[in-house]
Amino acid sequence: MVVRIICALLFIFAAPVLGGLISGIERKLSARMQRRVGPPVTQAYKDVKKLFGKTPQIVNRAQQFMVISYMFFMMITGALFFGGADLLLVFFTLTTAAIFLVVAASVTHSPYSSMGVNREMIQMMSYEPMVLLTAVGLYLACGSFNVSNMISTDLMPIVKLPGVFVGFIFILTIKLRKSPFDISTSHHAHQEIVKGITTEMSGPMLGIIEIAEWYEKVFLLGVTGLFFVTSNPLSYIAAAAVVLLTIVLEVLIDNTSARLTWKQMLTSSWIMTLVCGGINIVVLEILK
Amino acid sequence: MKDISKSPWVIHYDGSSCNGCDMEVLASLTPVYDIERFGVINTGDPMHADIFLVTGGVNKLNRKVIKQIYDQMPSPKVVVAIGACACTGGVFKECYNILGGTDTVIPVDVYVPGCAARPQSIIDGIVKAKEVLKEKCLTEQRKGGSNE
Amino acid sequence: MEYIPYLICFPFVAACIIFLMTNDNVRKALATVFVVAIWILTGFVAFDFISNGSRTGLLFVNTHTVDMVMMGAEVFLMLLVCTLCIKYKKYPVMLLSIIPTAMCIYTEICCEGIKHTAHIRADRFSVLMCLIIGVIGGLIVIYSINYMKGYHEHHTEVRKRVNYFTALLFVFLGAMFGLVLSANLIWIFLFWEITSVCSFLLIGYTKTEEAVNNSFRALWMNLLGGFGFAVAIVMVAFIYKNLDLIEMVAVSDKKVLVPVMLLSFAALTKSAQLPFSSWLLGAMVAPTPSSALLHSATMVKAGCYLLLRLSPALCGNAAGFGVSAVGAFTFLIASMLAITVSDGKKVLAYSTISNLGLIVTCAGVGTKATVWAAMFLIIFHAVTKSMLFQCVGAIENSTHSRDVEDMSGLVVRYRKLAFIMIVGIVAMYLAPFGMLIFKWAALKAFVDSSAYNVILVIILAFGSSTTLLYWTKWLCRIVSSGSSAKKEEDKTSKGQYFSMFVHVILAIGLCALFNVISETFIVKYIIEVFGGDVSFLSDGNIIIMAVLVGAIIIVPAIIYFMTKDVVMNIVPSYVAGVNRQDGEYFVNSYGTETKVEISNWYMEDIFGEKVLSKTCTVISSVLVIVSIVASIGGAFIW
Repeated sequence: MVVRIICALLFIFAAPVLGGLISGIERKLSARMQRRVGPPVTQAYKDVKKLFGKTPQIVNRAQQFMVISYMFFMMITGALFFGGADLLLVFFTLTTAAIFLVVAASVTHSPYSSMGVNREMIQMMSYEPMVLLTAVGLYLACGSFNVSNMISTDLMPIVKLPGVFVGFIFILTIKLRKSPFDISTSHHAHQEIVKGITTEMSGPMLGIIEIAEWYEKVFLLGVTGLFFVTSNPLSYIAAAAVVLLTIVLEVLIDNTSARLTWKQMLTSSWIMTLVCGGINIVVLEILK
Repeated sequence: MKDISKSPWVIHYDGSSCNGCDMEVLASLTPVYDIERFGVINTGDPMHADIFLVTGGVNKLNRKVIKQIYDQMPSPKVVVAIGACACTGGVFKECYNILGGTDTVIPVDVYVPGCAARPQSIIDGIVKAKEVLKEKCLTEQRKGGSNE
Repeated sequence: MEYIPYLICFPFVAACIIFLMTNDNVRKALATVFVVAIWILTGFVAFDFISNGSRTGLLFVNTHTVDMVMMGAEVFLMLLVCTLCIKYKKYPVMLLSIIPTAMCIYTEICCEGIKHTAHIRADRFSVLMCLIIGVIGGLIVIYSINYMKGYHEHHTEVRKRVNYFTALLFVFLGAMFGLVLSANLIWIFLFWEITSVCSFLLIGYTKTEEAVNNSFRALWMNLLGGFGFAVAIVMVAFIYKNLDLIEMVAVSDKKVLVPVMLLSFAALTKSAQLPFSSWLLGAMVAPTPSSALLHSATMVKAGCYLLLRLSPALCGNAAGFGVSAVGAFTFLIASMLAITVSDGKKVLAYSTISNLGLIVTCAGVGTKATVWAAMFLIIFHAVTKSMLFQCVGAIENSTHSRDVEDMSGLVVRYRKLAFIMIVGIVAMYLAPFGMLIFKWAALKAFVDSSAYNVILVIILAFGSSTTLLYWTKWLCRIVSSGSSAKKEEDKTSKGQYFSMFVHVILAIGLCALFNVISETFIVKYIIEVFGGDVSFLSDGNIIIMAVLVGAIIIVPAIIYFMTKDVVMNIVPSYVAGVNRQDGEYFVNSYGTETKVEISNWYMEDIFGEKVLSKTCTVISSVLVIVSIVASIGGAFIW
């Protein structure tokens, strides 16, 4: 129990540091792939530091507490996950957090923001089935919904869940807002809907969103790593290696694909969910 | 110490122009010139931006647009006028609809000359703008301190 | 136990008195008194039941006279339906009323040697249902007597028959009490038919052509279900010589699968599963309180109730698989259809159908954990949906529109209504509120039950995501307000607010207290029926949920009050620099001002009624027919 609480606290304090670093590495990596020098690895911290230095300005008063609640629930999500709680509960809390962001964007009554909100909702609809199936798949492989039990099996869950893993990586692209699925808001310049869901967020508020995204990033990569963790301590190294590979892969996908329409995103992610996740789980259940 | 000059995010607006400077601004973001190495991100959203890059002259219609975009940027903020038209109105200065350079509507901090301005000078302008941003930040802090 | 007959009869008596009252104010006062009386009676029954150690109460073993009265009531109902069918020239529907009634009476008179069993059975499940019906139904009646005034003010074309309307609501409550407390199939059948006819009369209240058509659709679909019910009664009576529902379920004979499937079929029609869902959508033409009543605590829940009673017999056989397949299919399709409609009541209707689908799926799977989840889904759905319907009704009375798009900026225009609406929506789909906890429980239970239920898990995953979309869309519309939105005149009366705020308290309070209900009623009922030991959500998770319930309310509130007084630079929203400073208009390329209009996406080309309806009706009809045939085959051939 004590270990679990320490892990959860560790997440709350260390995840922003780690998340910022990962963001910096991603940007550097992306630049190198384009044969650029790119910003320093610490750029993400500098960005957030700057955002907190700007004058706060808002479009609607309700924005602010919605955004802070968003970050709070994102922290809770990750803390529950690293604290070894029930994986389904973790994912449901993640959804709640995401809804706060959506609401924060829609209170502004701004056209671009609202367009982003609509697209964000479609994104949620696209990835939600696979997220649930990931939890179910890990349950079938490990025999428990509790993350604390999932990490103490003898066999890597990936062995039983190759399809689910592929499906999860697919929707990870949506969740991390990487091209081709960065339709609701993008980290790159010149999106057709300006900055989509974050259009009306500025200064410290945007900084909070960035930090929340770092939390989310660490949490999601944690889920990716979960597929490789066993009771053997060496497996953590394997998990870390896979997480690094995943980051590289996501950046590669980001750099090599053009943004899709929401319809293409919805159909492709649902088909992937059904084909990879669905078949994998059905087979697993039959063999059980 | 609130040093915000390490992450200058820009928004770019093209007024009444031949679009030459516009192209060059985008060129400076390409891998060849790689302005991102200074931490620059082209945001396209005034709410996120620190530096306002204006190319082209100001006319009667876009006057309000420039003013509004400027107002929507959270301070501290810096305006960079890029190219002859944005600095003074350029060859279009005498046209019936042109009011002049960017400084006819909003205060400009850095002027980048050229027709069209070269990417190198644009980058130089942005680096200058970073300095201005730092100064503004410091003055704001001092002002804030004296107020308290 | 002695209060139970009063509980059933009282609403009928109340209905008669209300019907005869022509003075509006007297009727209003009387109706309130009657509702309070119903609450007290329900409270007495529940208290009496618990203080007697929750022993199952059995009443009316020998009931010759009462049976005669019941038979008379059945004939009366049949005559009523026939008269109305002749009046509106809907002759085929008559057959659906005459044949089942005749079958029932024939069974009662001609079937010799039926075992004498109790006709009334009050066990934990029944008492729990009584509490739901009493509390929620009562609140709806209170809302309704205050609502109808406003309704007739803005629907001047409808003839005012408030006494008739209110009386029907009471009859409905009485029938529901009867239904959940009866043990004898013929009695259940009578109350079943009363609810069908009542809903028919309520839907037809406005007497417009649309209303009449929809009411007849509701009637024939429900009577078709009643037909299945009657066939089941005849079979059970002649094969087993025993009309007790519980004892029938407990029979370990394969042939019992046929009546069980027929009763399930009746339940599917009543709880508006595909392909019978259209009657519930048609019910929208009626005044809102009747929709609230049909959708939340009564009518549709009658179907769920019956299915849950049957669920021990449905576990792991063809009938059960058929029922759960129909339920899961309905869950998914209805939630997709809900995305494409913008009429608030219609979204609620689809959401009801969808949630009922989930409950039906749980009942069809029929393991301990799914039954546990289904019962809680019934409770939470009743509270939340009733609240949402009442709120939409109140919004409609004030704004003269119930379109989701017209609710833009509700949070500024009608603060209290928006608050209720937001609580309702959030309670329907977000962690850590009621509906979601038990969707979670259901998901776990499906995974743990037999292997083919993994298909249900996949369907549930997709259905959850579409559910997420249509609620979030609505939520966004309510909170999104332009700067010109002002407070508007609220025509909602105090009585309506009373009812709605009690719902709000119930919705939040139940999340915190669900463990108590689980311990007093549900867990023990499940042990009684299924035997063995049970544990559902672990304590750790319940604590986390409780903390989250607190957090989701307290955290935003704290942040709100902390940042409330901070002076902020307020800027207009970004519209490419051509905003007219207030976010309401922008300047277009001709230099003129255009209003900013923001609306939701409806994706009619993907999930639209036109795209899905026909195929889904066919698929679900095939599912229903196949499962009936399969259970008959399962009973007689293998």
